[in-house]
Amino acid sequence: MEFRKKHILDIASLAPEEITFILDTAEALKEVLERPIPKVPTLRGKIVAHLFFEPSTRTRLSFERAAKTLSADIFNFTARMSSVEKGESLLDTVLNIKAMGADLFVIRHPNAGAPHFIAENIKTRVINAGDGFNAHPTQALLDLLTVREKKGDFKGLKVAIIGDIRHSRVAHSDIVAFRKMGAEVFVSGPATMLPPEREALGARVCYQLEEALKDADVVMALRVQKERHGRALFPSVREYARYFGINQERLSLAKEDCLLMHPGPINWGVELSPELENDPRSVILTQVTNGVAVRMALLVLLLGGE
Amino acid sequence: MKLLLKGGRIIDPSQKIDLNGDLLIAEGKIKEIAPEIHAESAKIINCQGLIVCPGLIDMHVHLREPGEEWKETIATGTLSAVAGGFCAVACMPNTKPPNDNAEVTRFILKKAAEANLARVFPVACITKAQKGEELTEFGELKDAGAVALSDDGYPVPDAGLMRLALEYAKNFDLPIISHSEELSLSQGGHVNEGLASAKLGLKGIPREGEAIAIFREVMLAKLTGYPVHIAHVSTRLGVEIIRAAKAQGIPVTAETAPHYFSLTEEATFGYRTNAKVNPPLRTDEDREAICQALADGTIDAIATDHAPHSPLEKVCEFEKAACGLIGLETALPLALRLVREKVFSLSRMIELMSLNPARILKISGGTLKPEAPADVTVFDPEKRWVVTEDALHSKSKNSPFLGWEMQGQALLTIVAGEIKFSRLN
Repeated sequence: MEFRKKHILDIASLAPEEITFILDTAEALKEVLERPIPKVPTLRGKIVAHLFFEPSTRTRLSFERAAKTLSADIFNFTARMSSVEKGESLLDTVLNIKAMGADLFVIRHPNAGAPHFIAENIKTRVINAGDGFNAHPTQALLDLLTVREKKGDFKGLKVAIIGDIRHSRVAHSDIVAFRKMGAEVFVSGPATMLPPEREALGARVCYQLEEALKDADVVMALRVQKERHGRALFPSVREYARYFGINQERLSLAKEDCLLMHPGPINWGVELSPELENDPRSVILTQVTNGVAVRMALLVLLLGGE
Repeated sequence: MKLLLKGGRIIDPSQKIDLNGDLLIAEGKIKEIAPEIHAESAKIINCQGLIVCPGLIDMHVHLREPGEEWKETIATGTLSAVAGGFCAVACMPNTKPPNDNAEVTRFILKKAAEANLARVFPVACITKAQKGEELTEFGELKDAGAVALSDDGYPVPDAGLMRLALEYAKNFDLPIISHSEELSLSQGGHVNEGLASAKLGLKGIPREGEAIAIFREVMLAKLTGYPVHIAHVSTRLGVEIIRAAKAQGIPVTAETAPHYFSLTEEATFGYRTNAKVNPPLRTDEDREAICQALADGTIDAIATDHAPHSPLEKVCEFEKAACGLIGLETALPLALRLVREKVFSLSRMIELMSLNPARILKISGGTLKPEAPADVTVFDPEKRWVVTEDALHSKSKNSPFLGWEMQGQALLTIVAGEIKFSRLN
């Protein structure tokens, strides 16, 4: 199939066939990462600008590794120590970087919709690397790839996402992505962090953790993002760990062959009990590797045809 | 041990029962209700001319322990409860230290078990130290035995925080009880704003303050979809807001206290500190609206807000006096006055004082269904008695009803099949 998308801004604007095509491409490219010299010339001469207006470790390094494996050149931009601190507008910043020759922007921004705004105003390809509470489409795609590798298909799977759903762009994108591919999604956590509607984005909201975990094929714990709340949404980290943290006992409610996932960074002892660190059900590091493959696929699909 | 209550008028709104007959209790449970029961080896109690009903439940009392044991202890408070016909009480968290952590909850339950009189259901704080800043650990409190949450004498001042409390409570299915008071209007007030404040030269507490606060809670219940229970409603305006909210399907329940349907602000005239309560006693118009709301279902429960204070806190200038009155032993006769005045039926009274409090707090009780715990109250609706300090079992005597002749009294209080208090010979 021909991939016609110019931007990857969210999951909602991707059709299931497009998602499948991205995952297929990622699967094929993953092999490159295992070669003795993991580098191909596919994107030689292309310039990928990484615009990070918010701190990030793994997403940023993952995009960097993806671009370098494909031999693209990289502009690295961080808002700190940049002219943004001097008051430059987002549009001016991006126009300047574009003028230096960027072919694609990878954008992480604290404001929801910032990548959409750039995509609309600048004639350059854009990948959203996370915007506010809104979306994190590449994370959702790497989660899909991880589940597909282990489970083969999404149809009929029960996915339980636990934690701060309301303020999580990962959760928003994951719910849409898994639903789109035919899985059922249940969300649970402190009700202060759950969507106000019982059915949000098509996910079933459970106030009892057990209801979400029961017979789940995939259990995904989300990071407690204290920095995002502005006020404490639960009384204490201790209580969170005790009533909403995933431990052996809770995980045993899920199917025996369930997958344990987490987008990272993990607060061990909070979202996940330390006893799960080496649990065979955990695919957390596979998620990280698949992140590189998915991002390679997107770079190839968006830039390769030019 | 088996108990056979013979020949009483048995009223149980949970089963729509109102019949003259016998009630059999065995192994701590209700076994049977029938026009005539014969049971071997049962202790027979003659209930001719008496009412037999599910044990009364007071969903709003203060037991003062830990911290202010000179006013009341869990033992004296639960003795006062069973003497008043109450098989169970929910105790508010404004102890010293406040019940904002599992240790205090466990302490209360331990003391209640030692006293072994009425059942005690601890209500824990919504926010730490009732300060209205940080939520308490709802999960831990529930596991320790708390059945509901309230900051008791204080409203949660921040609507955003109250919203979080209503949301967070969803995980633990804990009822949230609101003390609805707009502090910026009530602060410094001592009596109802109007005649009482003018006559006594004291700063008043306007009725609108209660209404504003109730309206906020109702809107938050609508926003979160989680029920809120309004404590001690005292005003016509408050009643009207609750009625309108219920008509719209917003999940809200409410209680009032006997003093709000028995007294008006006039009880404070002469600087009578035993009539100083929060919210303050209001006008006759409010009193009538409360009666109407009890009859038509707008108000769901009668709770006493039993608040013992020693003479140290009451025998003083009105402005310095503590708020609160004791109510466990006068609630039943005061409610029976409304039955005699045809405001509501006996069955409705039992709903208000037993079935509905159990439902709102999601606790056992409120029913005489077979196999339910045998919490039973037997009372004589006609018996006349005078409220005196000696007649009351509470450690404190701060009742505005001292000297009143009452009609109606609990004669037998049975908890889990055991007689905890009896005035029968």
